[in-house]
Amino acid sequence: MNSTKTNINYFTLLIVLLFVFAFLNISLGSISIPFDEILNSLLGKTVSKESWNTIIINYRLPKTITAILVGSGLAISGLLMQTLFRNPLAGPFVLGISSGASLGVALLILGSSIFGGFLASSVFSNWATAVAASLGSFLVLLAVIAAANKIRNTMSILIIGLMFGSLTSAVISVLTYFSEAEQIQQYMFWSFGSLGNLTWNELSIFSIIYFISISCILFVIKPLNSLLLGENYAKSLGINIKKSRNIILLITSLLTGVITAFSGPIAFVGIAVPHIAKMIFSSSNHKLLIPASAIIGAIILLICDSFAQLPTSEFTLPINAITSLFGAPVVIWLLIRKKKIYV
Amino acid sequence: MSSNNKHIILKTNNLSIGYKTKKEENCIAANINLSIEKGKFVAIMGKNGIGKSTLLRTLSKVQKPLKGTVTINNKKLSSYTNLELSTTLSLVLTERLPLSQLTVFELVALGRQPYTNWVDKLTKEHLKKILWAIEQTEITHLKEKRFHELSDGQLQRVLIARALAQDTEIIILDEPTAHLDIHHTFKVFSLLKKLVETTGKTIIISTHEVNIALQLADEFILLTENKLHSGTSKELIEKNAFDELFPKELISFNKTLEQFVIKKK
Repeated sequence: MNSTKTNINYFTLLIVLLFVFAFLNISLGSISIPFDEILNSLLGKTVSKESWNTIIINYRLPKTITAILVGSGLAISGLLMQTLFRNPLAGPFVLGISSGASLGVALLILGSSIFGGFLASSVFSNWATAVAASLGSFLVLLAVIAAANKIRNTMSILIIGLMFGSLTSAVISVLTYFSEAEQIQQYMFWSFGSLGNLTWNELSIFSIIYFISISCILFVIKPLNSLLLGENYAKSLGINIKKSRNIILLITSLLTGVITAFSGPIAFVGIAVPHIAKMIFSSSNHKLLIPASAIIGAIILLICDSFAQLPTSEFTLPINAITSLFGAPVVIWLLIRKKKIYV
Repeated sequence: MSSNNKHIILKTNNLSIGYKTKKEENCIAANINLSIEKGKFVAIMGKNGIGKSTLLRTLSKVQKPLKGTVTINNKKLSSYTNLELSTTLSLVLTERLPLSQLTVFELVALGRQPYTNWVDKLTKEHLKKILWAIEQTEITHLKEKRFHELSDGQLQRVLIARALAQDTEIIILDEPTAHLDIHHTFKVFSLLKKLVETTGKTIIISTHEVNIALQLADEFILLTENKLHSGTSKELIEKNAFDELFPKELISFNKTLEQFVIKKK
């Protein structure tokens, strides 16, 4: 009973932190806007400058929401992969989904200079990148699920995912070699990750796919917990391993696919956040860990994004670098302190 | 023999066990015909590599038989779904558990999964069964500990508690006393014996603790190179079946002691 109370306290604290950092994230930017004006704008009241309203509603708010969706989505995917593969090093990208997305984008951006033709003439919008990334990750998803149904051993899927990853990065290297500097730079910028480029239209598509995937998790709460004992025990507890595995793979692929499509491959959050959640709550129960990872992931990405968007400066640092710069030391510190690392 | 009155819970029919790859079949034992009675403590014995674990894995549907059938409660094992089987048969395996932060209570509670709703909610009824299982296995003082903090003997009792919480007619344990000292081996064996007597469950184990099993198990299945013997210790002694269990140079079976002894030169 005591531990339930502590858990409720932790969750309350995390939710408060989430709101604080979300608000902080909205209020920081290249143009400083007074706090009360930000509140007014968010609450739909009149703001003294129309441009402030536009900045907040059309630029900062979508970015904050994106950060929350991306952070929580990656953290949940990472947790699912760690449990499915019973491997603490697994993350959302082990399936090679993001490599598929990268390949799609690389073909779009780098391929245009090589193949020319209609690719070159296609407009570089967010949409084009998102579609290319989605197609790429979807193809890899199909391949992974096809492989998963041929293979009995779950661990082999992990290796197949890694192989997909190195295959695609090899293709990207070849493409880069034959590309022009301008295109390479464009691709590099995409691979740095970015939370701030989404319009409300794009964000709504993003959130629909996000919420569909998240709600599928309800079907695998039980299997996820019994998989903590290994597949044989899970099976003897009445779990249909193949079905559960496919649902888990599908959720992860959809989440990481859509996240990579809209905001680029964002490192670190997916692997590290589940471990932070496991350490804070010292539990392996997914009913606890899933919401915990989601909130912590969102908070961490909000913090990282606030750092990336250096206050009152014109520059935005690549989010991908910030997440690793900020996160890696945190995880190392946690591990040294706690010594043990759990699936 | 008044076999008509017996309630046969598990039966095999011309069962062949082993491993199958695309190229070849590696048959470990063939033509196994067993009938296991409800409410018995059955020990499967045989030397290393003879196929005890394979037999248990086949009986519990972890792996498929090469030939023949297994029937549980007059229903073919292959026609059970995972969920149906999970309310009839529970397992204690030798494989190591992945390192997680599950507490002893949570681990035992997982045994209720076949009966819980889709979010795994533990009702009063479930809690009662879990606490009963914890009490029976004498692990109440360990309830809040993480399972990876336990000694091998404690962990084994926790895994038995989990199987008990699963509330099945049959419990299958693969070498439940591997890595245990003689005290804890006795403790596990007498716990299993007690459970068979008090709950009427059928418990099937594989074991190398031949001498302890001889004192406590009701029936034996002996796997030898050429043949499979099954029956009570008395029946098997009469058939001289125990003599075939191990190579004769070192160990022999002493009929008066009903124990295996080291041969004196």
